[in-house]
Amino acid sequence: MPHWEHFAHDADIGVAGVGPTKAEAFREAAIALTAVVADPGAVLAVDTVAIACKAPTDELLFVDWLNALVFEMSVRSMLFSEFSVHITDGELTAEARGERVDPVRHEPAVEIKGATVTALRVEPVAEGWRAQCVVDV
Amino acid sequence: MDLTSLVRKSEIEWWIPATGAMRVPGVIYASEPLVLGMDEKVREQVTNVATLPGIQRASYAMPDAHWGYGFPIGGVAAFDPDEGGVVSAGGVGFDISCGVRALHTGLTSEAVQPLTRRLATELSRSVPAGVGSRSRIELDDAELDAMLTRGAQWAVDRGFGFKADLDVIEEHGCMPGADPACVSERARRRQRNEMGTLGSGNHYLEVQRVAEIYDEPAAAAFGLRLDEVLVSIHCGSRGLGHQIGTEFLKEMAIEGPRLGVSVPDRELACAPVHSELGARYLGAMRAGINCALANRQIITHFVRQVFADLFPSSRLVLLYDVSHNTCKLEEHTCGPVRRSLFVHRKGATRALGPGHPDLPEVFREIGQPVLIGGTMGTASYVLVGTRESEARSFSSSCHGAGRAMSRHEALRRWKGSEVIHALGARGIVVKSPSPRGVAEEAPGAYKDVGAVVDAADQAGLSRKVARLEPMACVKG
Repeated sequence: MPHWEHFAHDADIGVAGVGPTKAEAFREAAIALTAVVADPGAVLAVDTVAIACKAPTDELLFVDWLNALVFEMSVRSMLFSEFSVHITDGELTAEARGERVDPVRHEPAVEIKGATVTALRVEPVAEGWRAQCVVDV
Repeated sequence: MDLTSLVRKSEIEWWIPATGAMRVPGVIYASEPLVLGMDEKVREQVTNVATLPGIQRASYAMPDAHWGYGFPIGGVAAFDPDEGGVVSAGGVGFDISCGVRALHTGLTSEAVQPLTRRLATELSRSVPAGVGSRSRIELDDAELDAMLTRGAQWAVDRGFGFKADLDVIEEHGCMPGADPACVSERARRRQRNEMGTLGSGNHYLEVQRVAEIYDEPAAAAFGLRLDEVLVSIHCGSRGLGHQIGTEFLKEMAIEGPRLGVSVPDRELACAPVHSELGARYLGAMRAGINCALANRQIITHFVRQVFADLFPSSRLVLLYDVSHNTCKLEEHTCGPVRRSLFVHRKGATRALGPGHPDLPEVFREIGQPVLIGGTMGTASYVLVGTRESEARSFSSSCHGAGRAMSRHEALRRWKGSEVIHALGARGIVVKSPSPRGVAEEAPGAYKDVGAVVDAADQAGLSRKVARLEPMACVKG
């Protein structure tokens, strides 16, 4: 089953996604990213933002993907809850769906400053693929 | 951390001997309980930093050190560019020039206490804070460039504060060498609506009272009186700094090896100072420092407006402004010679001792005020720089309490409403749009800041001057 999780880091927090494909692992990790800030279940998929990234390795592509989301969250004051992700030959195209931050309804805890290369891994696992890194908050 | 891997030099000084690829030893300044509480990753990261080209003397960890990315948070390292020295985006961090400034108010706690709740409410209305908050100040490209070039000096010229403020800000409020042309369009976009915003997480705006004075002469030189009310502001370079860190961390991770920098872990992403990438990062990072200085200056203006309305007799005079995520070119002694070094302080405060030429006149005799942020339920501290810290840590000290547990664990243990209620029962008013954010920042989630500053004092990194207790805390 695709799923996401957080893992502990002293001051910051680790995000991880697991899925049968790399793209699904990236998608799950994006939900984990939102969950650092707020409950993804409370975020309505109202508006859609298109995202594209390119990187020389899967791992750097993963960091780029999360950082692209951090950027869009920041400049649009949005949270995202639904994602569709496609990866072909080191290029990622995606749609992120969400809504503007509502401080009362979302109770956002913390801004994400950026995704780091700390504990960065994109690797095959029993369930398919796992993608993870620490994000700075 | 496992003590057996360390050589104990004194009660408060622990060495990691230089072995393998290490060019210098690692040095951790902390009490035994603080070292035992540190993650093993701190030792690993101190060791890794010690392998970087051009590093001088030692790779240092301050008493509040914890696991960072590449460099430990609480890490200090200096590099000689003429020995292949590097500059590292990870060694500065995402929140470039995050720092603390403290303002005198000229008021006693007795005068402020009846209005504490209203004061906290007005401060929270005046200073945008939290996820999704927007600034009322929007800068066009020309103004953004001016801000990135001139920092707090730009802010004062635009009516945010007074020229006298600049005397007591590091670099007089303007980091030289900033190059706005090195700041990407994406970084600019992230900052467009964030000038004068507080942010979230561990950033805060706090009303504090001087609860105890340890060093009367230094307190007098700093203008601190028992029971005086201060305001402290903790925040950084906001989205612009975060984006600069993001972009250069990636670029250095890719390009660093091609530039001949061999690192044991890609988290150490860095580039030679004498390289196009190194120069470009320095230009952007210095612009990020100016952004942080301008941001704290604008928030200061908002705070002054609130106090002027509620306490017409108040006079908010800036005590000092310190940054704790920086890389600065400084003169230091290494062996028999003075050298120009690029000193990285990642979660560490510059702490200049008495007589240092970079100190403002008013503090030159006594040393620099070193402002250490605590938690909303414990205490913050004012320390003073020492002469001996130059030799011990390139004139650096700790920066805060440091987290003792993850945000998840904090959320599991506390509810925001309970934390706010418990602090309220102790007379501390907390204003935040996010109860979850308050729970993640619960005082119990942090190390004992008293133990951290005691260790800094004992190690001679800086000396305790005063303890500040919170009265009201505005958080994002």
